[in-house]
Amino acid sequence: MCLAIPAKIMSIENDKAKVDFGENVLREINIALVSAKVGDYVLVHAGYAIQVMDEKEAQETLQLWNEILKTESSPSQRQ
Amino acid sequence: MTEKLRFRDPKLAKRVAEKIRQLVPKQETVKICHVCGTHEWTIMHHGLRSLLPKNLKVIAGPGCPVCIVPASEIDETVQLALKGVTVTCFGDLLRVPGSKMSLLAAKTQGADVRIVYSISDAVSMAKNEPKKDFVFFAVGFETTAPSTAVEVLNRPPENLRFLISHRLIPPAMKLLVEMEDLNLNGFIAPGHASTIIGLRPYEIFPKRYGMPVVVAGFEPLDVLFALYMILKQLKEGEPRLENEYVRAVHWEGNVKAQESMQKVFNVADGNWRGLGSIPKSKLTLRRKYGDYDAHSEYAIRVAEGVDLQPGCQCHLVVIGKIMPSECPLFMKECTPQKPVGACMVSSEGTCRIWTKTINRKRQP
Repeated sequence: MCLAIPAKIMSIENDKAKVDFGENVLREINIALVSAKVGDYVLVHAGYAIQVMDEKEAQETLQLWNEILKTESSPSQRQ
Repeated sequence: MTEKLRFRDPKLAKRVAEKIRQLVPKQETVKICHVCGTHEWTIMHHGLRSLLPKNLKVIAGPGCPVCIVPASEIDETVQLALKGVTVTCFGDLLRVPGSKMSLLAAKTQGADVRIVYSISDAVSMAKNEPKKDFVFFAVGFETTAPSTAVEVLNRPPENLRFLISHRLIPPAMKLLVEMEDLNLNGFIAPGHASTIIGLRPYEIFPKRYGMPVVVAGFEPLDVLFALYMILKQLKEGEPRLENEYVRAVHWEGNVKAQESMQKVFNVADGNWRGLGSIPKSKLTLRRKYGDYDAHSEYAIRVAEGVDLQPGCQCHLVVIGKIMPSECPLFMKECTPQKPVGACMVSSEGTCRIWTKTINRKRQP
């Protein structure tokens, strides 16, 4: 039940926003819990945005993982 | 954003799995617990356990909010429904067994029980039908509780009341870590609950118990990397709190949501199905919003509920002491069509998740 799905904010009217879950599924959600603007990706849980997603962090996470895997030697060699 | 594809790269997954294999000590069993049904779904759906060494056990803790609602709270809601109050709830609550009957059984007896996608649907229904009395059965962890708080703060119509059954995850993690025979070596903390509460509530685990905690997202690479991060901490002998899900979880969490929750809820001791009372783990409505409290307004008296039907092992499944397949009822007397225990009902329940994967394996 703690499932939350990323969606893109297409328009905002007060606490309500129209979001796109991808595949052209549009749904009205409540954004009272976040400070979001049109174009942001938000995590949506049971009709409420619970957090704004950070695209830069997502990109950096993947880069970081690749770097860790590339540079790190096996643990036995490292110690 | 093609988040799914990027965080499901099989080549990268294999490389992380190799790192994991290198980090797990050959002669020891390492037990890492997650506390979120969605993590279990990710692990089962993507077959992640098959990538891990046999002596690395990844177990599912009490991370399904529907599974841990005690029978007494189902009983109270069933009685309200049978009394003529319209009960609204999320769909996966409908078939959760009460002591004698589920909400679905009450519905078949003519009670007005309605599934909603969101609490805002319940508010709209109450507005559209002002002569009917409505109750929203508010179940869920920290991920869900803020939406209840928002609607209470918005002062919904007076014909809508709330049965607050929200629970908090860190107190349940404390229960697990203090269980001497569970022997946990680390926690994967739930990403979405953590978007709300942030990282601070988990600080106690490395500090007091020497237990690594990594907050993780829900794609396969998120879970594998969280395991890798925990194993690395264990190897280095430096248990700490880390955040793998940086794209959604911030140290301070969602402050707006926390403030809304603090305005609306008190924290109390609460029963968890099959686990008994956990200190400071349940939310209740503050007196200021007492008019909205269905529990006090209707004052339904229910006896201590029957949490476990005969033979049901849900109390052991929700703390990861046994795997679903070790329960004698699993896929025999207890099936998704006719669940005996709560873990077989919700799509977040460990037993229910396991049936999906088993069914898929059986297909040619």
